Amino acid sequence: MTALLTITILILIAIAIWQMTKIFQLTQVARENSQVATYKDNDFQGKLMYVFLVFIYLITIYSFWAWGDVLLPESASEHGVEYDRLMWISFVLIFFVQTVTQALLHYFSYKYRGLENTKALFYADNDRLEFIWTIIPVIVLAGLILYGLYTWTNIMNIEEDDDSLVVELYAQQFNWKARYAGQDNVLGDANVRFLQDYDGKNLVGIDSSDPNGQDDIVVQELHLPVGRQVIFKMRSQDVLHSAYMPHFRAQMNCVPGMITQFAFVPTKTTEEMRMLPEVAAKVQRINKIRHENSQELIANGEEPLDAYQFDYLLLCNKICGASHYNMQMKIIVESEEDFNKWLAEQATFAEVISIEK
Amino acid sequence: MSAEAHDDHGHHHKETFITKYIFSQDHKMIAKQYLITGLFMGIIGIAMSLLFRLQLAWPEQSFGIFSSLLGKWAPDGVMDPNVYLALVTIHGTIMVFFVLTAGLSGTFSNLLIPLQIGARDMASGLLNMISYWLFFLSCVVMLGSLFVEAGPAAAGWTIYPPLSALPQAQPGSGLGMTLWLVSMAIFIASSLLGSLNYIVTVINLRTKGMSMTRLPLTIWAFFVTAIIGVVSFPVLLSAALMLIMDRSFGTSFFLSDIFIQGEVLHYQGGSPVLFEHLFWFLGHPEVYIVLLPALGITSEVLATNARKPIFGYRAMVASILAIAFLSTIVWGHHMFISGMNPFLGSVFTFTTLLIAIPSAVKAFNYITTLWKGNLQFNPGMLFSIGLVSTFISGGLTGIILGDSTLDINVHDTYFVVAHFHLVMGISALYGLFAGVYHWFPKMFGRMMNKNLGYVHFWVTAVCAYGVFFPMHFVGMAGLPRRYYTNTAFPYFDDLADVNVVITIFALIAGAAQLVFLYNFIHSMFYGKRAETNPWRSNTLEWTTPVEHFHGNWAGEIPHVHRWAYDYSKPGHDEDFVPQNIPLKKGEEELNH
Repeated sequence: MTALLTITILILIAIAIWQMTKIFQLTQVARENSQVATYKDNDFQGKLMYVFLVFIYLITIYSFWAWGDVLLPESASEHGVEYDRLMWISFVLIFFVQTVTQALLHYFSYKYRGLENTKALFYADNDRLEFIWTIIPVIVLAGLILYGLYTWTNIMNIEEDDDSLVVELYAQQFNWKARYAGQDNVLGDANVRFLQDYDGKNLVGIDSSDPNGQDDIVVQELHLPVGRQVIFKMRSQDVLHSAYMPHFRAQMNCVPGMITQFAFVPTKTTEEMRMLPEVAAKVQRINKIRHENSQELIANGEEPLDAYQFDYLLLCNKICGASHYNMQMKIIVESEEDFNKWLAEQATFAEVISIEK
Repeated sequence: MSAEAHDDHGHHHKETFITKYIFSQDHKMIAKQYLITGLFMGIIGIAMSLLFRLQLAWPEQSFGIFSSLLGKWAPDGVMDPNVYLALVTIHGTIMVFFVLTAGLSGTFSNLLIPLQIGARDMASGLLNMISYWLFFLSCVVMLGSLFVEAGPAAAGWTIYPPLSALPQAQPGSGLGMTLWLVSMAIFIASSLLGSLNYIVTVINLRTKGMSMTRLPLTIWAFFVTAIIGVVSFPVLLSAALMLIMDRSFGTSFFLSDIFIQGEVLHYQGGSPVLFEHLFWFLGHPEVYIVLLPALGITSEVLATNARKPIFGYRAMVASILAIAFLSTIVWGHHMFISGMNPFLGSVFTFTTLLIAIPSAVKAFNYITTLWKGNLQFNPGMLFSIGLVSTFISGGLTGIILGDSTLDINVHDTYFVVAHFHLVMGISALYGLFAGVYHWFPKMFGRMMNKNLGYVHFWVTAVCAYGVFFPMHFVGMAGLPRRYYTNTAFPYFDDLADVNVVITIFALIAGAAQLVFLYNFIHSMFYGKRAETNPWRSNTLEWTTPVEHFHGNWAGEIPHVHRWAYDYSKPGHDEDFVPQNIPLKKGEEELNH
């Protein structure tokens, strides 16, 4: 069905293109078969340039109107607020420059289209003008660079204090695991060499001779306490992966053979995030789409789709193989109490391997 | 047959079919060979993108075209995830290297350097010929890799190890990846031979009076591009060789501590981050290797068709040089979140955002060139203006991606895809089209049909924005690139209709390229015969006769007396004054 639709559309387009060719041929008084633009061509093409400017503005406005609400909701981390502000400033600047320069480019193209009596001005240089449009970007960019670097340093300079929670994110084709440091808040040594110990129960390759590792907790679902700095230590056992947590404005590659890190402070619990109007609206929209798609599935005798509710996501964002598109882990941000309660229920490494013994 | 017959007569000047059309050492023929090979690769590269766009718009649906083109890789017409990655990888590789590096730079550097500087040929015709045939060979190897049992390389065009190094990691990292690396090694050799030739030719073979400050901006762009290529391509070659060593001879340059398929591998002490550095040391200058020739072509086409000197010639040359220099020290902005030291991120943010300055100067100078011009809207002119438009639209989002902070959350999302397709993909393609429409009369002695050219431009221009503008939103929604489908995340369900819109625009854009192909092939044989100087241009290539022969000028090579941009100069009857016309008495030479 879709294929048929596509083919029909393509045929229609082909006809449209052919018709446009005809129109162009008609607009040109074919006195001679010259393939160099005539005044008539210049007039028509120049006007199209003007129309194209309108098109650029319209597609910009339409995109915001139609898809503005697919954008990520407000940040759920402390540094994310700063991130969003810098993004907003950059966007205002970009839209300003885009609007003005595209207008100049296309308006000049229209205004100075070559007609019968037009002549060009021999104008090759103007040092002052060029100085101005060199120095303005210099000043604007200097501001952006300084602000950007200030924010970057704040985000990337991770200060570990006693209160921070250390969590290891462990990547492999094609799933994530998380390791909590346990009572001592120190992650035990680990290496891929230990993965086969204990019949594969040593999921992230903890060195069992390191006492720091005994109380480590390995889980498949990431829980984070709200309002407390989380320091992520990333590892990968096979290929490059990237731990991408878009709602927290956080991302870091996981590199086999080294430990990378990133830190942030979650500021909204999952429940709070679900209550945000923009998130609630998005979820409603998605469920409407899922409901519609389910109708089709039911008609085909298949299972309908589950209703969706919002959860924070950890995605893989570095190409890692066939199931790259489905390498994910659920993140739950909750109160300190709930978090501690949950953590206490999980088995430590020592417990996991002693069951084995 | 005919070749042997001619050889029997022993006339070395006589050109046989083989020496004229196949193993030619004439730069004009080599340029045409590059162009046609590049266009052929372009068709394949673009067709691949349409295939994976179908999958993205209607994920995991069955398409007849999949089963007929992909065969066993699309069981029941549904594309396999590994094939999706392979298509993305080969699309990127082909478009960046084979179309926009060899097809664009190879074609126009070869065609224009000797013709515009007033030389009878390249410094070494033999090296030039070898350069083309190595390129051809690399195309054959790359296309051959598509027919490998386990499929072609599928680790992304950046082929980051360990994914690309370990056949256990994905099927494409077997023989397919070996062929990819071999093909690229040959390609780099070809590119180096070509670039060295361009540099030597520009330095040594300029005609009398053609000082560096009188060079057309096309030549400046090709010259500087060749220098960037010579500086950076060898680094990719070394990375490729080291990767081959890791893959086949057990070294550990890029690999360490790996457990895959239930097995601990022996690799110790290497780092994938090292590969990223080496790759992007070429990879980023590569963006400018692709873009600078397109900008050079635009400068020339814009000035000619505006009937006006290019505005700020010296600033244009200076910005080419500045971009070239900066392009070699910004590679780290691809690696802000690779795990390298955050302080390095600061340095690369600084150098990266600096590049916006010469780029802005170029954009403003183009716009001012149009101001008070007498614009002749030939198809080449439309594509040049289109280039300036997409260069601005795509370049501006670079301010976000070049900022290490902002890069954190949009890195590797569709925002990046939208950015670089506009600023280097579409812009460079427009440069290629502008060049083809403008120099087609020089290459084939015939004119292309302008009406088909207009249709080609407008449909392409609308679709280019139609594809890539909405794509920014997909990226800002947080969707990573190189996902076979986003249906694994209900969170992205509301992106379905954006993806459909993008794909429909892409299909229309693809159809519009057929108009170009038809125009190109038809005009080659049946186009209106070209005059010597159809666009009334100043540069020397238009002083050569329409018919091609080895040596370019029948008599003496013309001398140059002025810069290339004396358009609409007061005191002259015509609105152009070719470079070989001596200054009038009392006329002041102007070359700023």
